[in-house]
Amino acid sequence: MFRFIVRRLLQLIPTLFGLSLLLFIWLRRLPGGPETAILGERGTPEMRAAIRRNMGLDEPILVQYGRFVRRLIRLDLGTSTSTKRTVVTEFVERFPGTVELSIAAMLLAIGIGIPLGYLAARRRGRFLDHASVGGSLIGICIPVFFLAYVLKAIFAENLGWFPASGRQDPTLGATRITNFFVLDGLMTREWDAAADALWHLVLPAVALASIPLAIIVRITRASVLEVLNEDFVRTAEAKGLTESTVRRRHVLRNSMLPVVTSIGLLTGGLLSGAVLTETVFAFSGIGAFIYEAISQRDYPVLMGFILIIAVVYVLVNLLVDLSYSLIDPRVRVR
Amino acid sequence: MALLDVEDLSVTFARRGQRTVHAVDGVSFSVDAGEVVGLVGESGCGKSVTSLALMGLLPKQPGLRVGGKAVFDGTDLLQLDDRSRRDIRGRDIAMIFQDPLSSLNPVIPIGLQVTEVLTRHRGMKGAAAEKEAAALLDRVGIPDPKRRLKEYPHQLSGGMRQRALIAMAVACQPRLLIADEPTTALDVTIQAQILELLKDLVRDSGTALVMITHDLGVVAGMCDTVNVLYAGRVVETARRRPLFREPRHPYTVGLLGSVPRLDAGRGERLNPIPGSVRDVLPWPDGCAFAPRCARRVDECVGEPPALVLAHDGRSYRCVNPAPAPGTVPTPAATAPVVDDPLASAAAEATASPVPAPREEEKP
Amino acid sequence: MTITTGKKKEKIDRLSELAARDDERGVSLWKEAFRRLRRNPAAIVGAVILGLFLLVAVLGPFFVPYAPDAQLWKGEIRLGDFPGPRAENWFGVDHIGRDEFSRMIVGARQTLLVGVVSTLIGLAVGSLIGGVAGAAAGLGGRWGRAVDNVLMRFIDMLLAMPSLLLAISIAALLGAGLTTVMIAVGVVSVPVFARLLRGSMISQANSDYVLAAVSLGVKKPKIALTHVVPNSLAPVIVQATLTLATAIIEAAALSFLGLGNNDASIPEWGVMLADAQQYLDSAPRLAVLPALAIIVTALGFTLLGEAMREALDPKLRK
Repeated sequence: MFRFIVRRLLQLIPTLFGLSLLLFIWLRRLPGGPETAILGERGTPEMRAAIRRNMGLDEPILVQYGRFVRRLIRLDLGTSTSTKRTVVTEFVERFPGTVELSIAAMLLAIGIGIPLGYLAARRRGRFLDHASVGGSLIGICIPVFFLAYVLKAIFAENLGWFPASGRQDPTLGATRITNFFVLDGLMTREWDAAADALWHLVLPAVALASIPLAIIVRITRASVLEVLNEDFVRTAEAKGLTESTVRRRHVLRNSMLPVVTSIGLLTGGLLSGAVLTETVFAFSGIGAFIYEAISQRDYPVLMGFILIIAVVYVLVNLLVDLSYSLIDPRVRVR
Repeated sequence: MALLDVEDLSVTFARRGQRTVHAVDGVSFSVDAGEVVGLVGESGCGKSVTSLALMGLLPKQPGLRVGGKAVFDGTDLLQLDDRSRRDIRGRDIAMIFQDPLSSLNPVIPIGLQVTEVLTRHRGMKGAAAEKEAAALLDRVGIPDPKRRLKEYPHQLSGGMRQRALIAMAVACQPRLLIADEPTTALDVTIQAQILELLKDLVRDSGTALVMITHDLGVVAGMCDTVNVLYAGRVVETARRRPLFREPRHPYTVGLLGSVPRLDAGRGERLNPIPGSVRDVLPWPDGCAFAPRCARRVDECVGEPPALVLAHDGRSYRCVNPAPAPGTVPTPAATAPVVDDPLASAAAEATASPVPAPREEEKP
Repeated sequence: MTITTGKKKEKIDRLSELAARDDERGVSLWKEAFRRLRRNPAAIVGAVILGLFLLVAVLGPFFVPYAPDAQLWKGEIRLGDFPGPRAENWFGVDHIGRDEFSRMIVGARQTLLVGVVSTLIGLAVGSLIGGVAGAAAGLGGRWGRAVDNVLMRFIDMLLAMPSLLLAISIAALLGAGLTTVMIAVGVVSVPVFARLLRGSMISQANSDYVLAAVSLGVKKPKIALTHVVPNSLAPVIVQATLTLATAIIEAAALSFLGLGNNDASIPEWGVMLADAQQYLDSAPRLAVLPALAIIVTALGFTLLGEAMREALDPKLRK
């Protein structure tokens, strides 16, 4: 197991190297070059020249790249041009919000998607099956940000059931420890703060969950249908096992394999969707900040965030692969 | 009374816009306690569907209809509700399938797959179940059973997997074991081992065995009574020895003629049956085998041939059977049947000499 | 030794037979798939939606009543109150006094254009990379595997970024605009096509009929072009249909983020939807119309794509 992890981490190196190269080129090719990225669009020609010298932009390209990589390794991703704080600080502060939102959305998608997909497969060709297949097709086709707006307009603005924006009511004056607001509330026993943070999560999580939910329903349904036809399910039936044992031990366990694989890939979709959902709900996480960075032309933030997200995404997929090897002994490594 | 009495079993699949398929079309046979009964025929003749229908394992789908009777120990299996069927399955009637790899759950250790039967039917749990499972694996000839219990199907060889499946099937000492082509997916040497194992288990425990196979060698080596199926019906029933010595139904004759033989003269050719199972006549219109039959006469077409009960307890469904012993054989019927085909066919299949059947055969 | 060559020969004989038969089936495969497609209601619904969409997109702009960027009813705009549907404006007037109906019709063409061009970009670049990698890995020996390795590491890199963020970073580099959206959305689908074609080519290259062709002495590039590529195309075509749907949706997302088309004279559904978000309360139709159009069109492509996938699935073929 340990060797497998090490090997997978080593495989990351070329990908990360390539990404850094890509971003290096990207930063240099930006309209106006890196000096604009730092100065914004206000700098005078003299200031630009000074920065070019300071940054060593007149040195050979390989030297520049070397310096760039050294900075990356030190986690020095530069400073935000809009907030004047380091990119890493901004990220650390905002990342917990996105994680909270993504976990909520994923739990929603898994918690509803797997049972629904399973039932659809068992009732193949009946109403529930058609409804969930049709629903998931439509779910995939609805632009996330539009769904978010509709949810906000109906459930927050018209009905007033849920808050329309933010992560928590600031008047509560909740204590901050980890910046995971729900977790903080639980740790400090400020139950009202935790509940309020949770309440703020509902609408954005529903909007964000729409696509993963649709995909999980479809994959579960297809996979259960396939497993139901497998010989080993017939063997289990031939043993006279009760229906629930056959279902849990033989059908569900095997049909979860493709679902687990898809969850890794869906994380990428969540991070994409977070940009849209957080923006609509003014939910302070990395997604909303990326939107701001785009409109403010805050390139260091954009670049730094994308690099970190890529690393996180790859690590999540590594985790998924590891857990996959736990449920499927055939790919287990020793 | 027989342990299992199957009477006029029929299975039809009706699909909208398509012709109804009669997969099993009036199969009758019986199995006595401790007896080994063969169901023999080409693929598509309905032998697997028969066994699945008995077990209640046919995939549920609209248009599926099962008719007839299958009386096991006084109860009609086909009339049982789902729960009592589950109680019988695995405890009184167990089944072994063709492909051992796909028939085992790939993500669960062998041990759990054995103990789950023990837990379900014998109420055994924990260490006791483990111990019994190890004993079962040992009994079916799996070395080092304690370690194997923790392994997964992909870690076992093909023969070991089939042994494990057999262990699961015999875990509750069922009174009837149905083996659906249990050796088809295995290498020849492993086939012989598995057949020997089945024979031993059946002899030791008094379990009756229904052996479903297309392999006449397997039949010759194992079965007491043989039912030959064609197009969803039993066309001939006989004890093993008479069947091999003097087959009456032309289809049986043809099957025997299709087996290559070591003692056939050089240059002598096999006698394959022309055509394929697809070229059948629907039973109501006459004998389904008629289109491929060498002994076809006018009476074959028109109405289904009645079952003829012969003097020695055999029966066949043919209006123009191969001649009974004593009469002068016509070349078409007996060409492939030379001397004692039984011994040589068995020898080919099991690579081990077969003990001669105990009972005396009436001529 | 003699035994193995004998066996091999036997195998190859059987295989070349198979190969001959496979070609026959290759022709009827498409026919058969099409026959099954016609019987699938989902495919028919999808095809009808797409037919209407194409009709509107291609012919519609010639018949629109007003220029899509003419602010003819500017005078009637009050804060938060725009004229709704009426005789001269079937879908009402938008927030700066343009005819919504004309904009929807012309927008169909732009949306189609964005979807098709970006999918073609993804398809072309992805298939090129995937095809070269697949051919190299399947038939090219040791050097081939090296080529494959380099190409696939590049693809892995693209895959290491969540799709929308990849699109954002490209769009940020190129600046907002219609071309930007097409390129950004296209690049996002490159790795999908590349991996798909490569995977299916490698499995084709390992199949028995290719072994047969190799053993019969057919040249490798010829095998790749005449056997492997045509047989690998089915999943790629299915994917292209599905990608058209996601491309339209992703383009809308980029527009929402302010990276989309900024030319007012060529309206596009994504931009219209993004612009209308602020008026969701006062004039929901301004958002709902383009949103519905996007959803229905994407649904059309998805239904047709899924139905094609089912029709071409060898597991379901009988």
